[in-house]
Amino acid sequence: MSNDFVAGFHFVFDRWGDVLQQKTLEHLAISGEAVAISILIGVPLGCLLGHLHRFSFIAINTSNLARALPTLAVLSILLPYTGIGDTTAIIALVILAAPPILTNSYVAVDQVDADTIDAAKGIGLRAWQVLLRVELPLALPLIFAGIRTAAVFVVATATLKGFFGGGGLGDVISNPASFKISGIIGASYVLIVMSVLAQLLFLGIEYLVTPVGLRRRRLSSPLRRGGVRPATEVGDDALATSQLEQAQLKQAQLEQGSITR
Amino acid sequence: MPVDTGKTAAPLEFRNVTKRYEGTDAAAIKDLSFVVPAGEVCVLVGPSGCGKTTAMRLVNRMIDMTGGEILIDGKSISGRSPADLRREIGYVIQHVGLFPHLNVANNIGTVPRLLGWDRKRIASRSAELLELVGLPAEMGKRYPSQLSGGQRQRVGVARALAADPPLMLMDEPFGAIDPINRDRLQNEFLRLQREIKKTVVFVTHDIDEGIKMGDRIAILREGGELVQYDTPDAILANPADEFVARFVGADRGLKRLALTNLEQVDLDEVTCVREGETISPGTWVDNDIVVVVDGERKPIGEMTRDVSSDSAVTLGSARPVGASIPITASLRDALSLMMTESIRPLLVLDGEGRVAGWVSIDQINKAVRQVPNESAAIDAAGIDLDK
Repeated sequence: MSNDFVAGFHFVFDRWGDVLQQKTLEHLAISGEAVAISILIGVPLGCLLGHLHRFSFIAINTSNLARALPTLAVLSILLPYTGIGDTTAIIALVILAAPPILTNSYVAVDQVDADTIDAAKGIGLRAWQVLLRVELPLALPLIFAGIRTAAVFVVATATLKGFFGGGGLGDVISNPASFKISGIIGASYVLIVMSVLAQLLFLGIEYLVTPVGLRRRRLSSPLRRGGVRPATEVGDDALATSQLEQAQLKQAQLEQGSITR
Repeated sequence: MPVDTGKTAAPLEFRNVTKRYEGTDAAAIKDLSFVVPAGEVCVLVGPSGCGKTTAMRLVNRMIDMTGGEILIDGKSISGRSPADLRREIGYVIQHVGLFPHLNVANNIGTVPRLLGWDRKRIASRSAELLELVGLPAEMGKRYPSQLSGGQRQRVGVARALAADPPLMLMDEPFGAIDPINRDRLQNEFLRLQREIKKTVVFVTHDIDEGIKMGDRIAILREGGELVQYDTPDAILANPADEFVARFVGADRGLKRLALTNLEQVDLDEVTCVREGETISPGTWVDNDIVVVVDGERKPIGEMTRDVSSDSAVTLGSARPVGASIPITASLRDALSLMMTESIRPLLVLDGEGRVAGWVSIDQINKAVRQVPNESAAIDAAGIDLDK
């Protein structure tokens, strides 16, 4: 048994050059394309709906419904119409990836502190300035959290393409006849590393896009709106970042079921 | 750096303003008319649901009115683009609404940036405003999450003043601050207002805050109906009806006392003697008590009339001074001290601690019964209220 896991490592080192590298690049290409399309659909739509505070059923309910669709089933249904090419896989992956991006973008913009928005309008920002200068910077961390989730889903799920027309690491994983059990395990190692790297990459981006003022106490405004707002703020010198608020933030995060952080 | 107050305050006028929300019969604001003279603080006060915040938000078109007219500096706001109009009106709300992703300096510089000022001018304006609201210049680099509630509110006021607007709207600006800091912020704002002299519309549900902050007070009733519009003193002395009387409270006499301080009343003269001086029976004129003072007229002790012949004053024959009160204290504080200490007159001391006079229950009685000086400021401003 343990021999297979060791053999998996050997497979990665021995066959990187002639098989795995190419399959990994294919895998990345298809994943990247699917995520890019999902961002182009999800972020603008989600931000716009969030700014309007309307059509939450599209952004959340429809989106949750789409997320519930098994990608395998989607691929099977699409097959007669779009064939076994990249198109089928990309459509299926976008159906997988766009919903979390859309939902997160919507929630991120929608939940920006109402007082902050009121102040922004009240001092004379136009609607688009409110969106671009206030809502979007405050929403970016949560938007990128959605993209991160989606990217990890896509990298993992793109493996299915190996079963539908070929391409990517799925080719190796779905072909025990040619690559044996060591090949399946070896390709899976690559897949795991790729998922972890994608996760880390987007975590890094998330940190970078988090405005400096929010890094110490991330997402302070959503908390102030959703959580308990103290009726009075005691003590001029007591810093606002209290442990109590941190605890409330954690609680608020736990209660947000449909979005990912 | 001198504070740029080139653009002076502008008068604000409500003319038969009505606001009716779609689908409701009752108006939120009904035929509201009043004038706020330039440079005065007008407090809109009333129970919740009286439309005071709505009335304030009509001014910068955060809410659009359905009838009537609002004029700033004689010009109607109806034709203006809301965003342009708002850039000329300071706006402060209860929860401040600072932008958490911008540091304090950039928060303050938001409107100047929108107006296209250059970087240098924005930076110097931010620094100047921080100083004006009593925050150190280093605070400019901090982020809102690093500030206390009181500091945030000061930054909120600075942001509202950034483009030197002739008019400020303040919606319960100190409502979320604890009582001690609220009192401090109120005093700071009054000091600031004496300096900048903006026209201010100040919304509060707290009549005491209204009395303290307002040059005049507009009391609204449910449905946005203006019940009384006058100076705090006049409202306390002559409430227009039962509603106002109840709203200002049964202790309105005491509240009036809080508006007057000891400098504004005629104090009784104090008979002072220096230590070592000889007092003859003729020295006891008006009072039963003489105050022993040092060379600078600061009190050392006091003596009661119990001598019938000439005698030299020695500290040994004097007792410590009873209750004393600074001349800047209000009549209300004086009365309170009289109650707790004794009923006899209190010794009033000036800024340097020198003897200024006696205050007794007589002065307080007189102040309560005094008819307020009605609407003098409006007449002086040449504005006809009945219009």
